[in-house]
Amino acid sequence: MKAFTQLTALVAPLDRANIDTDAIIPKQFLKSIRRTGFGPFLFDEWRYLDRGEPEMDCTHRPLNPDFVLNQPQYQGAQILLTRENFGCGSSREHAPWALDDYGFRVVIAPSFADIFFNNCFKNGILPIVLAADLVDLLFNEVKDGYQLNIDLQTQTITTPSGQKN
Amino acid sequence: MAGKTLYDKLWDDHVVFTEDDGSCLIYIDRHLLHEVTSPQAFEGLRLTQRQPWRTSRNLAVADHNVPTTDRNLGIADPISRLQVQTLENNCAEFGITEFDMSDIRQGIVHVVGPEQGATLPGMTVVCGDSHTSTHGASAALAFGIGTSEVEHALATQCLVQKKAKNFLINVKGQAAPGVTAKDIVLAIIGKLGTAGGTGYTIEFAGEAIRALSMEGRMTICNMAIEAGARAGLIAADDVTIDYYRDRPYSPKGDNWHAAVRHWQKLHSDADAVFEKVLELTASDIKPQVTWGTSPEMVTAVDGAVPDPEQEADPVKREGILRALKYMGLRAGQKITEIYVDKVFIGSCTNSRIEDLRLAAATIAGRHKAESVKQVLVVPGSGLVKQQAEAEGLDKIFIAAGFEWREPGCSMCLAMNADRLEAGEHCASTSNRNFEGRQGFGGRTHLVSPSMAAAAAIAGHFVNIAETATGAV
Repeated sequence: MKAFTQLTALVAPLDRANIDTDAIIPKQFLKSIRRTGFGPFLFDEWRYLDRGEPEMDCTHRPLNPDFVLNQPQYQGAQILLTRENFGCGSSREHAPWALDDYGFRVVIAPSFADIFFNNCFKNGILPIVLAADLVDLLFNEVKDGYQLNIDLQTQTITTPSGQKN
Repeated sequence: MAGKTLYDKLWDDHVVFTEDDGSCLIYIDRHLLHEVTSPQAFEGLRLTQRQPWRTSRNLAVADHNVPTTDRNLGIADPISRLQVQTLENNCAEFGITEFDMSDIRQGIVHVVGPEQGATLPGMTVVCGDSHTSTHGASAALAFGIGTSEVEHALATQCLVQKKAKNFLINVKGQAAPGVTAKDIVLAIIGKLGTAGGTGYTIEFAGEAIRALSMEGRMTICNMAIEAGARAGLIAADDVTIDYYRDRPYSPKGDNWHAAVRHWQKLHSDADAVFEKVLELTASDIKPQVTWGTSPEMVTAVDGAVPDPEQEADPVKREGILRALKYMGLRAGQKITEIYVDKVFIGSCTNSRIEDLRLAAATIAGRHKAESVKQVLVVPGSGLVKQQAEAEGLDKIFIAAGFEWREPGCSMCLAMNADRLEAGEHCASTSNRNFEGRQGFGGRTHLVSPSMAAAAAIAGHFVNIAETATGAV
């Protein structure tokens, strides 16, 4: 598990409430008996236009151009900004494994489902609960190259304009 | 000092150590395992050269990947086969009891636990599966965990947990004829929302809950997680005690009598304080059908699909719009005008003998509609299947054009070969209507076993409350 202290990274906005762990990593990929390799299948049904199968090579699959993680300005994002009740549903730890394998280190949302929230800490992913109006504010600000600085020690989020929360 | 809630009592009975920050090490009485969330945990034990701390408290069964067709043919999908084989190998290596695919006791882990008496009142029960909340129906503290915690529970028989808050849901009065436990819990989720129970343990109480059988209570607690609560609870009473008498793993002789004396205390004190309370009147609840992609997107069968324009909250409005698009429904469409392509009767929510009896009784000599392509009836365990066959239910299903299958999770989450095709509508007695849950592009409507059977016969949802009260 990677230690988390400080991070300055690109933010990807995923503007949906109640994102369930079935959406984060669909069940067919849970047949794997390993802990790794889930990143290419993260948000599989939203990210690709075809139907994903375990162990498939994703490099030539048709991408959904409307899905935020496929847009060029969010490539390399390590912070996921999203809405209420993120990670609801199934207890599958494959959800944080997939987020981690993709490259996300932080998820910011107004609220998280309990089991997912717990599972994050076992895998070095930092789930940050931020008031809904602040999350709204971030959604309005996120654009090309928008980065946030997260400091776990001081428990602060700093925006590009230097605003701290 | 205020009295204790049932949750307080169960928690206090199991605390091993309390940290300064309030988190506690709690002892786990029963750990259930299945093939999907355990392989990485066993691998962790091997890598750290650890052994299970108390082997006999673990019980394993393969359920998610198993085929529901002829078991003698094995598992066709090589990846599923490897996962099931891995569970068998791990259980053999670590000396853990497993009910394999050829064992009559095999079935869905949350059906098998209570059926065997392996999960009992007063216990702490965990499993790498969110529907572990089911076992709370017998006044056990039961909750789902991730794979890291599966490994931790295997290695230490304990888990570090923070105590949740207390939430009481009181369902007053008697439910109308034709209204089942499933309808009650869906109505609760509709009122509360899928995050309304987050951070809480929900105790379900009130006359309508007390009136339910143990199986109905399991249906209620099963879906506590769909309201966001990791654990649901129902106080122990004579119904609970009668259910566990003479189960294979239940205590025997003097131990039984001692257990019963303890179980009789498993209820909230009259002066216990709950941080949150919700009251519902059972007679207001009608048969429920979900129309969207979250269990909270539910309405009564005599209702209609909502109009997103009437929703003031922009995030919720967007959610409804997206759900209607995915589900292929239009605002204002009557629920009884939703046609189904497939029907699934099964899952840890509704695959027990009483569920199958309800479905069979609804058929009443009729045949599935021509337009319905497939109706799957998947019993929750080999023993449920055996009981149903002894009662002749299988013949009723087969005569109606339904398919009578072998036990497992099946089309609840479609990890085996049972699944929806894109665009198909399914009346399903399962617990989740998430996008893609029952198959890529599949459209799930969560309902009771009687509603599922009625939809199979009519080809669309029907107001079974009218039938139940004799009205036309």
